[in-house]
Amino acid sequence: MEEKRVKELALTAAKIRRKALEAIEAAHSGHVGGSFSVADILAVLYFEKMHIDPSDPKNPDRDRFVLSKGHCTPTMYATLALKGYFPVSDLMTFRNVDSYLSGHVEMTKVPGVDMSAGSLGQGLSAAVGMALTGKVDKKDYRVYAALGDGEIQEGQIWEAAMAAGNYGLDNLTVFVDNNNLQIDGTVEEVMSPYPIGDKFKAFKWNVITIDGHDYEQIAGAVDEAAKAKGMPTVIVAKTVKGKGVSYMENNVKFHGGTPTEEQFRQAFSEIDAAIASLEV
Amino acid sequence: MGNVISTREAYGRALCEFGADEKIMVFDADLTICTMSCYFAEKYPERFFNAGIAECNMAGMAAGAAASGKTAFVHTFAMFAAGRIYDQVRNSIAYPGLDVKVVGTHAGLSVGEDGATHQCIEDLSLMRTIPGMTVICPCDANETREALKAMIGYDGPCYLRLGRSGVECVTDSMDGYTFELGKGVQVKDGGDVTIIATGLMLQEALKASELLQEEGIGARIIDLHTIKPIDRDIIIKAAKETGAIVTTEEHNIIGGLGAAVSEVVGETYPVPVEKHGVEDEFGHSGTAEALMVKYGLTPEKIAAKAREAIALKNRK
Repeated sequence: MEEKRVKELALTAAKIRRKALEAIEAAHSGHVGGSFSVADILAVLYFEKMHIDPSDPKNPDRDRFVLSKGHCTPTMYATLALKGYFPVSDLMTFRNVDSYLSGHVEMTKVPGVDMSAGSLGQGLSAAVGMALTGKVDKKDYRVYAALGDGEIQEGQIWEAAMAAGNYGLDNLTVFVDNNNLQIDGTVEEVMSPYPIGDKFKAFKWNVITIDGHDYEQIAGAVDEAAKAKGMPTVIVAKTVKGKGVSYMENNVKFHGGTPTEEQFRQAFSEIDAAIASLEV
Repeated sequence: MGNVISTREAYGRALCEFGADEKIMVFDADLTICTMSCYFAEKYPERFFNAGIAECNMAGMAAGAAASGKTAFVHTFAMFAAGRIYDQVRNSIAYPGLDVKVVGTHAGLSVGEDGATHQCIEDLSLMRTIPGMTVICPCDANETREALKAMIGYDGPCYLRLGRSGVECVTDSMDGYTFELGKGVQVKDGGDVTIIATGLMLQEALKASELLQEEGIGARIIDLHTIKPIDRDIIIKAAKETGAIVTTEEHNIIGGLGAAVSEVVGETYPVPVEKHGVEDEFGHSGTAEALMVKYGLTPEKIAAKAREAIALKNRK
């Protein structure tokens, strides 16, 4: 990937984080930590890799994305808005009683959302169903999903992993957002899912491990996944919860916790500084 | 007397019969020869997927298929369809309003020897409280086929309750019988009491009406195959015209047909409603016939409830 393109993606991701944080500030609620850890992955998928058209969100041949960690709506909605699915200004209505942008992703209300999610552990199954349907219909579309590393403690994830491996769904690429934090502590402390890659490998998956904040590695892994035949791919992305705002990074307080007024100002100034440095 | 055939058998044959529709994708969880999805699986293997003993994932895969434009069917025992995967049915299927048909077979006590862990008597209750869910419980083979046809023609989540045991076919010989989702069928007229039945209890209700007839009691019989959306009109009409209602179901008396009918009657035209069904207790192992007797799912008990309802109606 050209250096210029890497910089563009970094700028897009910074803008996604800014808009996500504005939405959280307006709502006085929302999950910032996991939103920021998965933001770079979403930037690469939506602005570099996925075959999608914001003016035709239901196109049957489009690539699909399932945000199984469905609470990370701040970045999901910011990504979709910046991509052009709906007005960016609508982000300011996030979680408002009269808004279509509620706390967890909703396919019936939000243009560009391919699957509703929120009850953890369920999204991967839906992605498997979509990939299976693509095979039945002999379509070339690809299906992507993002799971939380805490989320994979849910048993249904492994039912779905078994099914995807069993069916050899090479049109399915799944990211595990491995930020190592969940509400009650580190994922090791609460219930260790490690080694993550080996578990998927045992279910006949192609496993790639990357730095989930490195745009070239994310894009490269997506390309590599598309080349793997006869098996689904999991990309275990090492990430930092709260990535992009110094005091939020690796701080479990910001899973669902809202920053103070002062903290918001600091976060915006840090993100704005990043944007300014990338716009040069 | 009509043919004796289980609703699951009739369903399996009908699914195969209507299965040419390319939109249909079918899932099962290692119970194809029990749920009778095996007929479809054999004829249309390219659109059939066995999820293995993993019902949660099966529900989610069906949701994903429906989100990609399919009409997806999932099959397992009612216990798992409504119980084990309640969250998946609610959040992955019903909440996004996806076109997934959840088929729960082996419902109620008539499962028989497998016992309480497999005798789901809560599914109507669980499924009907999910917003937007359509809930159907056919009484016989003919009605099952008609119900399936209607479900395929309806774009949205449905729960279909089927039984293991053979039941007598009664609707195919009824004059003017038609099936419409959300509409009850008046099977027999009567002026003293109305017995509203769902599933195989319709046949028992018809027998109860004969017992009552011998005493000079005229019982109206209504086949309420759709628990939700419920046919308010037929219930209100029965309340007004007969003044006493008995509901009968192979289900807990809490939360199911009896509750649904009581809600309508209580809100619109209060008259006595006697609920007949399983009296809030778990089942047991035994033959289907023995269990029906042990738990009072008999024409005699329905008739007794009818007398009670009439006595309540006539109290001063």
